[in-house]
This record gives sequence, C-alpha cells and structure tokens, in this order.
Amino acid sequence: MRGLWRTIWDTKGVARWVLVGGVLVTLVFVAFALLAPWIAPYGFAQNNIDGTKLPKLAEPGSGYLFGTNDQFYDVFSRVVWGSRTALQVIALSVVFAGIIGVPLGLVSGFLGGWVDRLLVFVMDAVYSFPALLLAIVFSFLLNDKVGGGVIPAALSLTAIYIPQYFRVVRNTTVAAREATYVEAARAIGAGPFTIMRKYLFNNVVQSVPVVATLNAADALGTLAALGFLGLGIQPTEAAEWGYDISRGLDDAQSGVWWPAFFPAMAIILLITSLTFVGEGLNETVNPALRRRRHRPFRFPQRDSAQEVSS
Amino acid sequence: MASSSGSLPRYIALRVLLIIPLVWVLLTVVFLLLRVAPGDPVSATVGDRLSEDALDERRAAAGLDRPLVVQYLDYLGNVARFDFGNTFRTDTPILSIVRDQGGATLTLTVGAFLIALLIGIPLGRLAGRFRDTPGDVAIRVYGVVSYAAPLFWVGILLVVLVNAVAPSFPTNDIASPFTKLDSEAYTKTHILVVDTLLAGDTSAFLDVLQHHLLPCLTLGFLLSGVIVRLVRINVIQALQGDYVEAARARGIGEGRVVRKHAFRNALVPVITVVGLQVALTLSGAVLTEKTFNWPGVGSALVRYIGERDYIAVQGLVTFFAVVVVFTSLIVDVINALVDPRVRY
Repeated sequence: MRGLWRTIWDTKGVARWVLVGGVLVTLVFVAFALLAPWIAPYGFAQNNIDGTKLPKLAEPGSGYLFGTNDQFYDVFSRVVWGSRTALQVIALSVVFAGIIGVPLGLVSGFLGGWVDRLLVFVMDAVYSFPALLLAIVFSFLLNDKVGGGVIPAALSLTAIYIPQYFRVVRNTTVAAREATYVEAARAIGAGPFTIMRKYLFNNVVQSVPVVATLNAADALGTLAALGFLGLGIQPTEAAEWGYDISRGLDDAQSGVWWPAFFPAMAIILLITSLTFVGEGLNETVNPALRRRRHRPFRFPQRDSAQEVSS
Repeated sequence: MASSSGSLPRYIALRVLLIIPLVWVLLTVVFLLLRVAPGDPVSATVGDRLSEDALDERRAAAGLDRPLVVQYLDYLGNVARFDFGNTFRTDTPILSIVRDQGGATLTLTVGAFLIALLIGIPLGRLAGRFRDTPGDVAIRVYGVVSYAAPLFWVGILLVVLVNAVAPSFPTNDIASPFTKLDSEAYTKTHILVVDTLLAGDTSAFLDVLQHHLLPCLTLGFLLSGVIVRLVRINVIQALQGDYVEAARARGIGEGRVVRKHAFRNALVPVITVVGLQVALTLSGAVLTEKTFNWPGVGSALVRYIGERDYIAVQGLVTFFAVVVVFTSLIVDVINALVDPRVRY
C-alpha cells in the first residue's frame, strides 16, 4: 500500500490531481450513501409528513432544496437515497464479477492448453456482445422471476464485467507464468495451487483496481439505462437515479427541469469521478503511461522559429 | 513482400471460419438464458388470460413442448437459414421486423459514427500532442463527461434547446406524418434516407435528414468521447516511439512530427478499437431510439420486452449477436488490409 502511495506521489502532472479529485468526490457520495437516513430530510418513498402531502412539483429552494417531483417526493432526498442504491449495486456487481473473473483468469492463464483457449473464446464472445443488451436480457429474466431489487440489478450487471477481469488477469498470468520466481517456486516443489495462490495472485491482482473502478463507472451508467427502460430497480424497492430521470423527462420538456436535472447531475458527477480514479490509477500504475516528476534527462525544446519554417 | 501478400487471403479465410464457433457460442448463451431459465414464454406472455388447455395448445403450436435439445438444434438450424422466429402475439417474422425497422437503426448508427469521428479525432489529436496543458485537461473532461452523461438526458437537453431556438424543428420520430404517408410507397431498400432520395422526393429527403440530426448528435456525442480518449492515448504512446525521437533528432518540427510520423501510427490501433465500439453503438442506439421514438430495431426490442414476448426478444437478441459478429469480421479484415503486422 505504501508502495502505491509512493507511486501516486511521484507521478508528474495532472494524473495525480485527477486521482485525488476523483477520490474526494467519490467519498462525498459514499458519505451520502452511508449517512442517508441522517442527511436526507425525507424517506425515499415518503410523500407526506404525518398525513399532509408534500407539494407537487415545488420549485427548488422553496423549503425543498432540490424541489419536489410529480409523485410528491422530495428530490434532494431521492438523490441522497439514490447514492445508497447506486453504490450498493455497483459495489455488488463489481465484487461478484471479480470473484468469478479473477480466479477464472488465473487458472486459465496458468494452466494454458485447451482450457485456456476455450475460456478465452467464450469470454471474448461475451465481451463482444453489447453490454446493455446483456444487462437487458438478464434483468428481463430476473425481473420476471425474482423481482426488481438491488441484488437482481447487481446480478444483471455482473455478467458484463466478468470477461474484463478475466482478460486482464489471464494476460498478466500468462506473462508471469514463465518468470524466474515461479520457476524457483516450482523448483522447491510448490504445487500448482500453491503457486497460483502464493506467488501469482499478488502479482496479477495489481491491475484489478483499475479495471474495477472503470467498471464501477460503467455499471452506474448501465444501471441508469436499465432504470430508463423500466427494467432496473423497481421504484417501490429503492430510489434509483435512472428511473427518476426517465420520470422527469416529460416534465423537463415543459420547463419543469428539477426532477430530472439533479439525479442526472449526480450520475454525471459520480461516473466522472469514478472514471478519474480509474484513469488516475492507470496513469500512475501503468509504466507505459506514467511520467515521473523528476525526469533525469530531457532534450532541449526546439525554438519556435524553426517549427514555423518546417 | 511476397509472403506477406500471400498470407492475407489466408488470414481472411481463417477469420471467416472463426465466425462459426463465435456465433455458436453466442447463440448458445442466448438460448441458455432465455429458454432454459425456469418458467416458459407462453405463460409469461398470455398466462393470465387463457385456460390451461389453451396454453398447452399455444405451447405445442410454438414447438415449446418438445425436449430442450430438439428446440436447441431447431433454433441453431433456423438461425443458420436466417430465420429468427416469429413474434408470439402477432406471429410476425422477426426478419420482417428487422427489414422494416433495421434501416432506421442503420442510418442512426452510421450518422452517429460519422459525427463521433469528426469530433473525436481532431480533439484527441490535440489533447495527445499538448499533453498536460489546460487544453488537454478540458478535452479530457469532455471525453469523460460525454461518457458519464446519461444518453437519454443529453437527448432531452438537446430537444429542450432546439425547442427554445427553433420550435418547428423536428425532435421526434424519423419523419413527419406527411412524409410518412408519402413515403409508404418507397420500400426499395427499406432505408428511408436512401428511398426518398431514389424516388427523387427532395422535400421528403430533407425532412428525413432533419429528423436524423438530433438522434445522431446524441449518440455521436457518446461515441465521440470514447474516440477522443482512444486517439489521445495512442498519440501519446506513438510520440514516445523511437522513430519519433529519431524524427525529432533529424530536426523535423514538432508539428510535422505529430502530423506525419506519430498520428498515422496512432490511428492503426484506433481502427481496431473503433471496431469494438460497434457493441457500444448498438447499446446506445437502443437508448437513443427510446428517447426519440425512433422506429428502429432497438425500439422494437424494448417494446417486446414490455410485452414479455420471449420469442421476439430471443429473435432480436440473436439478430444483434449476428450483427456484432459480422461487423467485427469486417473491421478485422479492414485492419489486416491497413496494418501488415496483423496478418499472422
């Protein structure tokens, strides 16, 4: 962990600030999610206070920070509760996908042979399929049989991301398999399971955080898309930003912008900051992209006069 | 030289052969998901309205009372003959839905791709060349936001904007009602833009073109972000190459180095990854079509999902799978033509 921190600090330029900024904004949403009951003034499906209905489509600021929507809900409360839903779903789907994808990639890359070839082929086929369509099919089935809660939603996103972990881990395993330290382990009599668990695992999981954060960003967008198509989390189960946006779209066209605007901003902010975390990590961890703060030597810049003449 | 030109046909032949297992894997996944999952399509679609006997009759009519293995082989055989089945309620062949509505999806995606390339390539190149400058940061933020913003939200923002500026500009559907009436006769290619043009109906053609603007912009905005990021990363990596250092050492100006040496090599991997964006494009098309009431295949899919028509959903998803596989074949072949290193 200290090694990672060191790499981050030594990285030159924007990458570091992108990473720090992304982490900070993400933490705000994490705080929203954890402290939702205390931050949100109302429940996510609360349209009255002691029997008195909340106003319909009240403007932002009029006692309701982000206004109220057409279902008499407080938009700010929906946004805060929505971050709980969003983070639950993306965390679950990323963890599920990792639990399946990482060991598969490790075994596939280590064993090689026809197992490897078959798995690579199936994973590539799934990966080439449109992600949203896959999620649509899964949630279509799960909605029918299980219902539209947080866990079915997370499960319908899981299948999309398994191939990505698989690929990354498998490729690093293939590269590491022939390394000297693996050969040394084999020489002292370590079995394949021990080699994978003790020697390879720690070396190949380093690329997983980058994939995980980028997938988390993507999962949030897909969840919102499912909500827009009416397939994701059902409104009675939890507050979900995509559903709120799709409900607010008609109002937005007639000038009532706030029911859709605030959840949309929440999605944009959270996806952007998660992507920043992923890209920042990538640029600090990936040596091909990383630039150190102290470069030992640089060629002098050409003067501008020459540039114009060429 | 001779050996490399000889290997191109071999590469293409191999690549074409590879399609068969690829399609097979995808079809099996689709079948497993939609058929083997518990519950059956008939009771899901009409179960609440018919008696048990009538349900059995419908199941038998659809061939769903046969063993799963038979259904599976039957399904594979049908797809091999480009028969994707019929919808459950109206018994319409999926292929005729694809024929009637595929054109709209095709022109939407092609238009969006063109817009994305027009925006994405120049921006990505600028950002890559002037790495870590404020301009680079701004372009990267554009790249991320275009991908972070929900597509349907962007679409509605555009609609609101256009309504405010030019209230008469079309923001919905593929053609205005009058054009639709006129153009019912134009079914030569089932692609409305082409058909109106072939019929020489200029006003209808312009009308259809206008209707394309907002949906294509919306989908193109999403794709442009991906292309910006790809081009930027590849320009940066190409600029670190030895041949770029060599070009600089020969005294060639930085602008020319980027233009003549780095940029061209940066574009090669971009072609591959742009090909992979076909999947993203189709995903985006489903959302765009729903947002703009666009009469494409994506809207059809959403409609049949709403109707719980398993057979139609299975047919359309299968069709999408076939499209993805064939476009990736075309991209790989183009890639092999452009980049000799691909042909192994």
